[in-house]
Amino acid sequence: MEDIPMEEGETNKDIEVAPALIAVHPAQESVAVAVGSELRVFDIHGGSAVSLVDDSCGPSHKDSIRAIRYGAKGKLFVSAGDDKLVKIWSTESWRCICTVSSEKRVSAVALSNDGLYVCFADKFGVVWVVDLDDFDGNQALVSKKAAPMLSHYCSIITSLEFSPDGRFVVSADRDFKIRVTVFPKKPLDGLHEIQSFCLGHTEFVSCLAFVYTSEYPQGFLVSGSGDSTVRLWDISSGSLLDTCKVESKAGLLESNGRGEECNSPVTNLCTIPDGTLIAVAIQSLQGIVLLSCDLSARTLSIAKVVSIKGEAFIPTSLSTSSSGLLWMVAGVSNLRGCDHPSLARVRVISGFRESSACSPEHEQTVLGDNEIPGGDKLLEKLQGSLSVDEKVFLAAAEAVKTAMSNLLVKKQYSAEKRDLRKRTRNDRKIKQ
Amino acid sequence: MLENKANPTISKSTGLPRKRFYRARAHSNPLSDSHFPIPISPCQVDYSLHYPQLFPSSDKIDGAKKIQFADVGCGFGGLLISLSTLFPETLMIGMELRDKVTEYVKERILALRVGNPGQYQNISVVRTNSMKYIPNYFEKGQLSKMFFLFPDPHFKEKNHRRRVISTHLLDEYAYCLGVGGIIYTITDVEELGEWMKACLESHPLFEALTKEELEVDPVVKLLTSATEEGQKVARNGGQTFQAVYRRVMPSL
Ligand SMILES: C[S@@+](CC[C@H](N)C(=O)[O-])C[C@H]1O[C@@H](n2cnc3c(N)ncnc32)[C@H](O)[C@@H]1O
Repeated sequence: MEDIPMEEGETNKDIEVAPALIAVHPAQESVAVAVGSELRVFDIHGGSAVSLVDDSCGPSHKDSIRAIRYGAKGKLFVSAGDDKLVKIWSTESWRCICTVSSEKRVSAVALSNDGLYVCFADKFGVVWVVDLDDFDGNQALVSKKAAPMLSHYCSIITSLEFSPDGRFVVSADRDFKIRVTVFPKKPLDGLHEIQSFCLGHTEFVSCLAFVYTSEYPQGFLVSGSGDSTVRLWDISSGSLLDTCKVESKAGLLESNGRGEECNSPVTNLCTIPDGTLIAVAIQSLQGIVLLSCDLSARTLSIAKVVSIKGEAFIPTSLSTSSSGLLWMVAGVSNLRGCDHPSLARVRVISGFRESSACSPEHEQTVLGDNEIPGGDKLLEKLQGSLSVDEKVFLAAAEAVKTAMSNLLVKKQYSAEKRDLRKRTRNDRKIKQ
Repeated sequence: MLENKANPTISKSTGLPRKRFYRARAHSNPLSDSHFPIPISPCQVDYSLHYPQLFPSSDKIDGAKKIQFADVGCGFGGLLISLSTLFPETLMIGMELRDKVTEYVKERILALRVGNPGQYQNISVVRTNSMKYIPNYFEKGQLSKMFFLFPDPHFKEKNHRRRVISTHLLDEYAYCLGVGGIIYTITDVEELGEWMKACLESHPLFEALTKEELEVDPVVKLLTSATEEGQKVARNGGQTFQAVYRRVMPSL
């Protein structure tokens, strides 16, 4: 048939390439970077690299990590990916307290705000839930089995997010769809009540985040997409409140010099805690776009573009904490023809403190390597080495781009090609 | 499309499309990606294309009537045609994955409209994968009836997730159905009948209709008689298994 979702065992080398990920502890006590199957953690508070403790001997993850995340309170950390393992870590001991097996590859994870549940999405669009209520600090949990919670029928779920009040879980997929589901008292019985669908994107949805402040504790959802827009939503009704064409509005179309319509996908976004700024990563942009959200008018606008000069740094993942710093990583796993099997570069932008968050005019500055908390030791741990060969960055960016489009962009087949695929279908061969 | 001058696919005697020109592969894989246009959201469903007499322009009118019945996997459209005259004020749509079958139903409805002026204006068909795109067509609580008549059985365990009734898909059907709305399922495959009933029975947002309610519902009688598949089963004297459930409020 036209395009059957990736079945198990299918090996497409372009798809295997995974972008580097970054996550910062909510109080910036530590930072984690995932590149390929490697999970690297630096303890900023203690000023030292962390050695993970995992009773399963061998490397913790055996294939590309696709999602990492701290819990809201910072006590737990979750990593998961193509090896079909979901690992739950205590951030005090950095011991893996629980490994959950998934039937399929994992594409997204989330923790409930109360830290009682871990949810993860598999490659077939099913979201599973594991309860952690018997987790008491450092003791390893008995092996846990996940229960199916909801499903996007045969779509790849790209992002999972709890609403700030914890009442809803939001899931986004490659079929342009965002689903808002009531998170009940007993989620192990499944989530059956759909609150809304947020429909409006015209390409895959790549990322979700909530903008909320003490004045607007419920907040609003923002989503980024392959259609190169960021959209603002009211999740209780699913209404689209505003659409921001990030690329053209930020004047990036001119700057690429070729004058062609490129429509670069939004790859990641994150919101500044208790603020109204949204940092957005775009596939072609060396830097980030800052959007500002007017919560009373329910609008999005471009605040500014922060470019990163001096090196070809296109962030693949963003994360913030309450400390006022935006952490970014650029990198990719398994880059062929390159000495660095897992390439990562970490950069930090300052100037997001609570007071300044409302005034985008405040100067955001890209920190020099020696100004980053943790300094050289942190970079050495998270990047793998202090200096990363510049030339490979563009190749990395290109590889991430190809991988993302292979994974998420719908294939358009010509009529003849479709016919050929139909004629060569496996289930038909038997009859001939 | 309305004038059918010497169109060989239209029967000269009945004016209706001839099924043999619309024969299609028996099964389509609902898991595969689609290449047919999908409305981005329910407000982009163009009612003027589906119900041109009732919606002369494609401009949206606030408070205008919306589709209330959906026949999912409608096949050759027999149920829609029976329902059309039974509920002349209700807009209904058939959803069908196979393109040739969809084309057949389209032609069939157009021919009926020509042959019976003023009638059959409330039914239409769309080619889509209902398992992926139901929320693109219907808003929350918009539907009052959904039909799943003689769906593909997908016997093999590993293909159970292709079944059009499952706990997860029922979540979406519950979203589209208003409270009080009814979901009708029927099959001649006992195992599938049990499966559909079990899914509905264990779902917190559905409740079985009572025997009395089933007896007075005129639609229930159509389940076995109105569709092509139902007629085939009846001709062969086959047994059928139905499950008819109402959308209820979640208990707190
Ligand atoms: C066995 S037929 C029954 C047709 C009709 N309901 C009847 O009773 O005569 C099942 C129909 O469902 C359609 N179908 C299967 N999966 C579907 C899907 N995901 N979306 C829409 N239609 C689907 C098939 O193409 C087929 O025409």
